[in-house]
Amino acid sequence: MSETTSEIEVRSAGAYASIQDSGRRGLRRVGVPWSGVLDPAWMKIANALVGNLATAPVIEHFDGGLVLKVLHGRVRVAVAGQADVDISGEQGVQRVVCWRSVRLDAGETLRIRGLRAGRLVLVAVGGLQVAETLGSASTYARAGIGRPLAAGDRLSALFSEASDFLLAEPPIDGDAVIRVVAGPQTGHFADDALAQLCAAPFAITEQADRMGIRLHGPQLQHRSDAHKDIISDATVPGSMQVPGSGQPIVLLADAQTAGGYPKIATVISADLGRLANRRAGETLRFQVVDVDAAEHAARSHAEMLAQLIASIRRLPGDGSVDLEALYNNGLISGPISGFDTEE
Amino acid sequence: MAPESNVASGVRERMRVVDAGDQAFTIVLGERIAPEVVATVTALDRQIAALHQTGTLPGLIETVPTFCSLTVIYDPLQASRRQLLAEIARLPPADTHVASSASRRWRLPVCYEGDCGPDLEATAAALGMSVQALIAQHQQSEYCVYMLGFLPGFPFMGDVPSALQLPRRSEPRLRVPPGSVAIAGALTAIYPSESPGGWHLLGQCAVPLFDPERPKPSLLQAGDRVCFAAVDAAEHTRLQQAAKARALDPAAFLDAEVAS
Repeated sequence: MSETTSEIEVRSAGAYASIQDSGRRGLRRVGVPWSGVLDPAWMKIANALVGNLATAPVIEHFDGGLVLKVLHGRVRVAVAGQADVDISGEQGVQRVVCWRSVRLDAGETLRIRGLRAGRLVLVAVGGLQVAETLGSASTYARAGIGRPLAAGDRLSALFSEASDFLLAEPPIDGDAVIRVVAGPQTGHFADDALAQLCAAPFAITEQADRMGIRLHGPQLQHRSDAHKDIISDATVPGSMQVPGSGQPIVLLADAQTAGGYPKIATVISADLGRLANRRAGETLRFQVVDVDAAEHAARSHAEMLAQLIASIRRLPGDGSVDLEALYNNGLISGPISGFDTEE
Repeated sequence: MAPESNVASGVRERMRVVDAGDQAFTIVLGERIAPEVVATVTALDRQIAALHQTGTLPGLIETVPTFCSLTVIYDPLQASRRQLLAEIARLPPADTHVASSASRRWRLPVCYEGDCGPDLEATAAALGMSVQALIAQHQQSEYCVYMLGFLPGFPFMGDVPSALQLPRRSEPRLRVPPGSVAIAGALTAIYPSESPGGWHLLGQCAVPLFDPERPKPSLLQAGDRVCFAAVDAAEHTRLQQAAKARALDPAAFLDAEVAS
């Protein structure tokens, strides 16, 4: 299979964009978090759509505004998320749906205009070339490992001739509850704190980034002032720490690896990506499950992902997509076309 | 649902296991910051590493030693908490003496002069001693690296002599320069990179604590021993320049393995 090297320029990084893959392992003991995409399932789908290995690096982007221009060569991209995306070039501006791959030619520009829901978008680029540091291409600027993408950055990709692919039924990000396992320091809280965590909705605040999400809801009472701190112990992605304010913070991929606030619970891995995709102001509810149920949920989540990836189908080479099916699946709106020209 | 449960049998009688979701659990081995507790954590950590090398712990991702506990992180698609704990519970009692005698000992150069120690005078005043006495006492002890965290490569070391123990600054600094050697409470540390921080800054160490380009990026690991040796401003500048030129071999600051 012949491959050609293409070059992409970041024209705008929008709100925030960084290169992430499945993250680096084995260094939490020296204070280096995993990093990596906030929703690994989306990474695997987006990479499958462009023919990459499941854990190849992708561009993770928050809140829209990312603009990528192909300087030379051709690239194949796929966007995971619920975004309005368009491609502009000599043919004018065309809208493109998420959850499919599409080829961009030299001079064409991909723009993530805005998000219809959620705050997270992953852009997979076929054959994206990113150097690894300590076993991963994931950006973690606090350790001097890369930096967020900025206008003017250039990325190269190996393009190979292939079909385009479509995921007809994207993963559903419903309002389902977020499940947690109690512990490790539930005993530092008042007897009813865990019940309180599950009884009322919690809102996502503006203080949310790759390190963590501050929530706002009923105050979770510590057992006493002496229980507001612990001797620092290890955190994991999903750890829900509660500082003296009584308002929980859920730690994510870039969070520090140890902390001195007691942790009332841990969000299960199957639900953490959904939580990370919630917007400020949205509310969510928690439900406590035991470790066996949480491990079972992780396996179910992996099975559902495998089924989704198996359902990815090839788009006909001439572009004559089964548009009726696409339309019925709600993947596109308005005038029916794989691409539709903007008015 | 039992967020805390005791693992039955043998050496695990002192061991309490707490849940940390579906991909981690934490084995609690003590309730205070002390060298003997860290020695227990280090010993169990090494035992688990050895077991992992034999292939007995499939699905184990990594372990994280901290002051009083060891967190075991695993892939729930390949292992379960139940399976891993069953294997770990079979471990014989660890010899903590072996663990501490296998520690590495570092002698790290610290410049306590001029701008390197912006809090020297205020700290000495707060402690009711002279700057010279503060510097001398900080260098007198051999410190144990209790754990790393907060920042990549950031070592929590102790214990500092009781005469030097004081709470953190009431006003944390927004920018602590990289290389700052600092104290707070019973602990001393070196900031590997610039960050906000509330510790008292006594000096500067030119040896890079964290370098992502090194195969083992962190200079220190939990259980290491660290001594500080004062250097003057000229020597500090020379070391800084060597570090910048990537011509500073960290091994030069490593004493021989500590004999038991």
